[in-house]
Amino acid sequence: MRQFLRVAWVVMRKDLTVEMRSREIVYTTVFFAASCVLVFAFALVREGRPLEDASAGILWISIAFAGTLGLGRTFERERHTETLRALMLAPSDRPAIYVGKLLGILVLMAIVEAVLVPLIGLLFHAPIFARPHWLVALLAAGTLGFASVGTLFAAMLVRARSRDVLLPVLLYPITIPVIIAGVRGTAAIFQATPDEPMARFWAALLVFFDVVFVTLSLWTFEPLMTE
Amino acid sequence: MGFDFDRLVVDDVSRHFGRRRALSRVSLTCGAGTILGLLGPNGAGKSTLLAILSTLLAPTSGRVRYGEHDARAAGPMLRGRLGLLGHDLYLYPELTARENLEFFARLYGLDRPRDRVDGALANAGLADRAGDAVSGFSRGMRQRLALERALLHGPRLLLLDEPFTGLDDASGRALVNRLRGLRDEGAIVIAATHDLDLAEGLLDEVAILREGRLLAVPRAAGPLRERYREAIVEAGAAAAREGRAR
Repeated sequence: MRQFLRVAWVVMRKDLTVEMRSREIVYTTVFFAASCVLVFAFALVREGRPLEDASAGILWISIAFAGTLGLGRTFERERHTETLRALMLAPSDRPAIYVGKLLGILVLMAIVEAVLVPLIGLLFHAPIFARPHWLVALLAAGTLGFASVGTLFAAMLVRARSRDVLLPVLLYPITIPVIIAGVRGTAAIFQATPDEPMARFWAALLVFFDVVFVTLSLWTFEPLMTE
Repeated sequence: MGFDFDRLVVDDVSRHFGRRRALSRVSLTCGAGTILGLLGPNGAGKSTLLAILSTLLAPTSGRVRYGEHDARAAGPMLRGRLGLLGHDLYLYPELTARENLEFFARLYGLDRPRDRVDGALANAGLADRAGDAVSGFSRGMRQRLALERALLHGPRLLLLDEPFTGLDDASGRALVNRLRGLRDEGAIVIAATHDLDLAEGLLDEVAILREGRLLAVPRAAGPLRERYREAIVEAGAAAAREGRAR
């Protein structure tokens, strides 16, 4: 177990070091996510009044779009240098590589969300400080569910010629339950009177999805990557 | 050192990609302290065979045995005894030479990674460029660094795909000496190469592949280049005869 965690940590640290040097993924995903929110703000905010209940949906759509972009770029880097093969040769359980890549993507998505949430609060008057712990819990659980499947698919498609098209085509249908749960849970705490039991229900559902998706990804990563 | 082996046996290995047959019933054996040259024209199946030997690719049929073990059963322990220098060099261009080696040293869980990396940088002749990003290196410098990456953990089986690419004369000769040193230490070295001049005198055994099949290597003494040409010409003539017979 210690070796598994060590390898995951080393891979995540490497990914973040590479990203700190290039800042390519952070800049592009943050810019893309902010652009999404701005476009929705122009479309849905009239005379300073946003469409009711739109903020939660726009937050999660922006997270999903930006996350897809980040996932694709992370593995494009490994494909360009063929370093994924070197990772696969490491004398550790291959799922440790998956966990390392997943942790790196989670950190990048957390940075994007740290920009997105205040922007949504500002442009859509969303009460982001009404129940901050529930908002953080929903974002954490939803991001993990989305990124766990996304990391697996991005790794699987790394050699596919049309990977940029295939990734969202495969990813969105499977992660729709996560996005719906995220939207409904976030909408519950963005209401004028936050509905905590409803937020708890959707958060619990997200944790359930996380357990299923992470378990399946750990189980299938090695056979999928060996061929 | 828990896991080790002193013999590599490739037994009737085939690999198909859809309808294309990349390798067809290849069998060979290689013992510790041997340098085996994999020769053949482009598309002969050399890289596919190296990918199978490195456990990155599973054969469609046949099996590969590392001593008494097979790849699936040995898993991570076996990978800890393999070193692969591919045609792509498996280096991160954004990281420095030292960061690249330290990353792989930590990935392999090596003791005293900094000392090992210092030694590897000295062997690559890159000690004074250790802090420079790999993206600024020439192909030859990257090749030398990638070789040290593949050797960092002291592998028993070293697989090299075109190891002389981008190396100048001095670096090529240094690599030849390095490989001889590894052979003397008991490593099994398998090198796929087109550079028959540098390979001459280095290889203990030769395997020639053509269209995925292993050819018979002429036993007559003579320069490697001539024996290689003879084997390829003979295989071409045999294929033509077979085609006419059909």
